[in-house]
Amino acid sequence: MSTPERPAPPGPPSAAQAVTPDPYSGYTSPIPVVRTHLGHAVAAEWTKIRSVRSTRWTLGVYVLLVVGTGLLVGLGVAASSADLRGEKNTLSLGIVGLLVGSVCLVTLGALTTTSEYSTGLIRTTMTTCPSRVRVLLAKAVVFFLLAFTVTLVCSTLVGFLQTSLLSGSGAPRPTGGQWLRATVGVSCFLALLGLVSLLVGSMLRHAAAAITVMIGVVLAPLVLALFMTARSLRTVRTGLLHYSVPTQLSVFYTGRLGDSGPAGWDPVWIMLGVAAVAFAGAWALLNRRDV
Amino acid sequence: MIEAVGLTKRYGDRTAVDDLTFTVRPGAVTGFLGPNGSGKSTTMRMILGLDNPTSGTVTIGGLPYRKLPNAARQVGALLDARAVHGGRTARDHLLSLAQLSGIPARRVDEVLDVVGLRDVAGKRTKDFSLGMGQRLGIAAALLGDPQVLLFDEPVNGLDPEGIYWVRNLMKELAAEGRTVFVSSHLMSEMAQTADHLIVIGRGRLLADMSVRNFIAANSAGFARVRTPGSEPEQRERLTAALTEAGGQVLPEPDGALRVTGLPLPRISDLAHGAGVRLWELSPHQASLEEAYIRLTQSAVDYRSTADPKAGLTEPLPPGAEPPLPVPGQGQPGWFVPPPSQDPATAGAAPGPQDGTARPFPAPTTSEDPR
Repeated sequence: MSTPERPAPPGPPSAAQAVTPDPYSGYTSPIPVVRTHLGHAVAAEWTKIRSVRSTRWTLGVYVLLVVGTGLLVGLGVAASSADLRGEKNTLSLGIVGLLVGSVCLVTLGALTTTSEYSTGLIRTTMTTCPSRVRVLLAKAVVFFLLAFTVTLVCSTLVGFLQTSLLSGSGAPRPTGGQWLRATVGVSCFLALLGLVSLLVGSMLRHAAAAITVMIGVVLAPLVLALFMTARSLRTVRTGLLHYSVPTQLSVFYTGRLGDSGPAGWDPVWIMLGVAAVAFAGAWALLNRRDV
Repeated sequence: MIEAVGLTKRYGDRTAVDDLTFTVRPGAVTGFLGPNGSGKSTTMRMILGLDNPTSGTVTIGGLPYRKLPNAARQVGALLDARAVHGGRTARDHLLSLAQLSGIPARRVDEVLDVVGLRDVAGKRTKDFSLGMGQRLGIAAALLGDPQVLLFDEPVNGLDPEGIYWVRNLMKELAAEGRTVFVSSHLMSEMAQTADHLIVIGRGRLLADMSVRNFIAANSAGFARVRTPGSEPEQRERLTAALTEAGGQVLPEPDGALRVTGLPLPRISDLAHGAGVRLWELSPHQASLEEAYIRLTQSAVDYRSTADPKAGLTEPLPPGAEPPLPVPGQGQPGWFVPPPSQDPATAGAAPGPQDGTARPFPAPTTSEDPR
């Protein structure tokens, strides 16, 4: 059993091995070796994200919240038989469901990275693909596309439901620009918000910490601004108010809140900047730290 | 081929791996041994580019791991069998790894067959037993059909059939010309698997040699000598004679003598010269386990001590003798497991003897039929 393949030579073993050519020229696999790229990592991350229950749960609840809340709000407004002739944008009713549902995207984003750390899978992943930035980028791409698509479908569905429910109340029909901002715009914004959560998760490596931080980021500015009544804090208060996540989301429906806040598609660019900074931070930490 | 040069890893002021230099060659199973906390896993993580060394380098085929093109096709690793997402099925887990390194998806079913998990491939891995998890980890390591394989404690949690399988698998992999590097703290396992050994303790290299040389270098064989139990003065006479001739004599608990430094014929001659009769004179070669414990005993971080149970034990009944201490417990210098003791003397109080044949009679009893 314990007979070695190479019996120890009686002489100095190292010298003998150095002179004679190695009898084992190594092993070559018959499976062709391909040069891997980001596409492989994206495929792998797609397999990962679709094969766990947390994805189905968070996205299922998300769809339920967005569509369910949108439907309820639409029914409620329609039943109140209010005169909506003065309303600028009937699509703005959809913001309620999206705001509530954004927690689901934040959770899914954080779990996409942190679950690898909590289970230890990250060591297997990083051993299989030592290019850490490729793994991070693939996660970001897959998550963004998934979150964007789901939000786009939901917001479009809610938009159609609400406009058809309110068609009898005299509300004006939304314009093409309003439709674009209320579907593609909010989908971009919320998917980027979830992406920031994913990157924060990569930095903090802990699901509860990442989700708590992100919920704080979403809610805290608005809540703080409500209690900043002192005159000296007016500028801070306005800034918090204008750049809080709920306010920025409302910009897609109602336009600029005051004179100074973001307008038009600004929230997307702001969130893109935040995501880029978070990506740089996550990348730097990922390269520097031990897995 | 894995080459480490001056590999060092410090966590704060604690040095986990200290200036390790070694080479793991292809075509052989190389065992990586060390007590718990000696730096085996840290070294493995540095080989795989997961941890950055504080200083020194480690390369695989001449390149650092993170510079390898398609690393998974060159190196397969089982680090931790629990390093999977429990909510994912075994097949999905392997499929994602295959996709990540551009391996055809049908290879997943192949490795599932190799490790015998085909029937549970659709089950979520959180329901797997430790042994099944270990098999899944081995499947992941084999997925890329790599030329270098690293296994960290591969037989943990496996049943005897599984251990036998892993042992043969590693030999087969090495026979195909691959580099197989296996860490373990199970010496008996390594004795049957490894061709070459790298032993570390407290992060330092203690030995890098073939299994045979390791045993020869680290364990002195000894002779067990037994004199008639009824005549203790013969034993003393023999001890004096052997010590005078330059041998080291260590009494064993059952009255035999453990002699090192003298060949067997010389012991016999000395006994004859001293007029001592011998009941036993037998050669003993230390096992790999003994050699290992001897080598690493100064480098053990977590050492057990005897459990005194102070104040918890009842006083011994009158006439009973306290149990013999087990050799090795709290006795510096003891490195070898106790010689084969029979249960009666190893137990608490020697009860009334029933006269059954015992391999080594205790020196105090004289009712031996011989």
